[in-house]
Amino acid sequence: MNTFFSDLYKKANTGFWPVVIAFAFLVVGTISVYLNPRSLFAFLTLLTTPVILYFMKIDTKVKVFIGLLLLIVILPVLGIRNIFYLEVIFQMAVFSALALGLNIVIGMAGLLDLGYVAFYAVGAYAWAIFGSKQMSLLHSIPGAAPANAEFFLDARWFWLFIFLGVGLAALMGILLGLPVLRVKGDYLAIVTLGFGEVIRVLALNLDKPLNLTNGPQGITPIQRPPLPGVVQALGNALTPLVGHVPTEAEIYNVFFYFLALIIIGIAIVVATRLEDSRIGRAWTAIREDETAAIAMGIPLVKMKLAAFAAGASFAGAMGAVYAANRTFVSPETFSFQVSIGVLTMVILGGLGSIPGVIFGASAVTLLNIQILQNFSLYLSDLRQSDAVIPIINFPWKNLSNQLDPAKYQKLVFGLILILMMIFRPSGLIPAARRQRELGDEKEAE
Amino acid sequence: MALLQTNNVVKRFGGLTAVNKMTFSVEAGKIVSIIGPNGAGKTTFFNTLTGIYTPEEGQIQFKDKSLLGLRPDQVAATGIARTFQNIRLFGSMTVLENILVGMHIQLKQGAVDTIFRSKKFNEEEKDAENRAKDLMEYVGLKNVGNELARNLPYGGQRRIEIARALAASPTLLLLDEPTAGMNPNESEDAIKLFRRIRDEKGITILMIEHDMRVVMGISEYISVMDYGEKIAEGSPAEIRADQRVIEAYLGRGAAVAHEQKV
Repeated sequence: MNTFFSDLYKKANTGFWPVVIAFAFLVVGTISVYLNPRSLFAFLTLLTTPVILYFMKIDTKVKVFIGLLLLIVILPVLGIRNIFYLEVIFQMAVFSALALGLNIVIGMAGLLDLGYVAFYAVGAYAWAIFGSKQMSLLHSIPGAAPANAEFFLDARWFWLFIFLGVGLAALMGILLGLPVLRVKGDYLAIVTLGFGEVIRVLALNLDKPLNLTNGPQGITPIQRPPLPGVVQALGNALTPLVGHVPTEAEIYNVFFYFLALIIIGIAIVVATRLEDSRIGRAWTAIREDETAAIAMGIPLVKMKLAAFAAGASFAGAMGAVYAANRTFVSPETFSFQVSIGVLTMVILGGLGSIPGVIFGASAVTLLNIQILQNFSLYLSDLRQSDAVIPIINFPWKNLSNQLDPAKYQKLVFGLILILMMIFRPSGLIPAARRQRELGDEKEAE
Repeated sequence: MALLQTNNVVKRFGGLTAVNKMTFSVEAGKIVSIIGPNGAGKTTFFNTLTGIYTPEEGQIQFKDKSLLGLRPDQVAATGIARTFQNIRLFGSMTVLENILVGMHIQLKQGAVDTIFRSKKFNEEEKDAENRAKDLMEYVGLKNVGNELARNLPYGGQRRIEIARALAASPTLLLLDEPTAGMNPNESEDAIKLFRRIRDEKGITILMIEHDMRVVMGISEYISVMDYGEKIAEGSPAEIRADQRVIEAYLGRGAAVAHEQKV
């Protein structure tokens, strides 16, 4: 049976077939999502396209063409028709960036960091504090803000804060690293876990003596950057495809989608280039064998700090974008759960594998915010009907409310981690080392 | 002045003195061996030289500069490269990458060069890659540059480790039991390789070795350690005749018997 499928795959993966299959998924997916914006199945069909593009033998130019068509035209259009999909994809992009960053720390340098969400929080709170009215409310009690408070900075400062987010997070990475990197393995995991919690608790409690973070209520509203004219025009140009004139909120969603896409693009380039360089090799060497690495002249502390800083910076940038996108941040967003979630993505995709962690981040995010939710909806539909579970004749109505799939996020994370560690410890798309040209004359020998 | 000079180096682990008052020197351009029974403190002495351990007492001078207080990576930067008793390659990296890691100290590319793939970066990488390929051939490996290091056979891994150490262009190469686990033919090849390294590259070699055929065949100078102390030193011929060495290796009774036979 197994050979039947692998034979079939081999046949499908030759000649023009891959292109046909990729196009088929793209077209069928697009049309079905267009006609049926609520169907999960249609959306999954569409999202299969990039996976096919990655795995099958297709000419690079064709791959790029289909990929760009999907990312730049199809997704924004479909996203305006059903704004939820754009939100799903935005979240995929956010978590992909986080997973790429954590992948540098864990996957490449082998430093188990369980408090990664802290860097995300730093980036988000940086823009949240300065991009909201919070700076004018430093002396007021949380919840009792005077109505006439002013925004502290112009919304255009947002652009600077993306970079500030990068810098601040990297700085935090170094500050955390300096004392922490003296410990290894399990101890490092515990200390970083503590650090993640410290940042969250700080956000929770820094509403006094100066009201910096507004405590558990979180900061809102946070400004969004004014839309560049180009984006506005592009949004309006989509009118015939979408079927109505896009509202400002819809265009903002598309705008943040593209912003996240750009950051992901940069993150991929940076991560790939770092990996294939003296720095990346030093990280891998440290992961493989610290003693040998240091004997080769690699300064352990410096390189580990670099890994922490580089990994943190991705989260910092995405944090600022996230704060503006949501116009709201609160300490709850940055719980330990998120660190574990990102870790799950990295492990599911493949430690150290850049395409792997993006795939992992997308899959887990999708599972989390869409597939489980859909199951929940389906289940609650069943519960309201008179249907019974076949064979055991148990009416759905009597099923406990506790059995709600959406409540099983943590269970799912745990299951993924356990199953991956047992059956596929190197992830779904394992990391591969770069193959180099060895020169013909040497091959010939 | 010797290339490497140690004076009364003492390394203790709690109550155990692993290295006791080692005074020892290596002349530039020589092949020197340290031998001794298991547990004599040879590897500890190596680790003390390379900065992995800090000695409690004594001085270590390399090229007339003290190595005391330097971290292992700083020691490596002064021009000392080493291999390990139990091979320590970066298993999930390719052979070529392992050798490139050895060049870490010499490569000058920074993070900015790396991210923007500057001309400097590309040239340096290409150059490094070519040097790595040359080194691979130099130690007698072909067509394995893209293999993961852990997939190579034992002898191949030993060779990569030496290539990786050579990649740092060291002045002094420390080899910790480089022929352990090799058959006589492989040992023979290894001896040839070590000679070539010294003769062609002018690298001074200090090694720990158990295989007496290797030691006697290649060393120009031998130090013998037992219980953390140097008990003898000299040319291979002198060591072979030294009473204390025979005692250390064979025990007192056997030494006496040996003497009577002689």
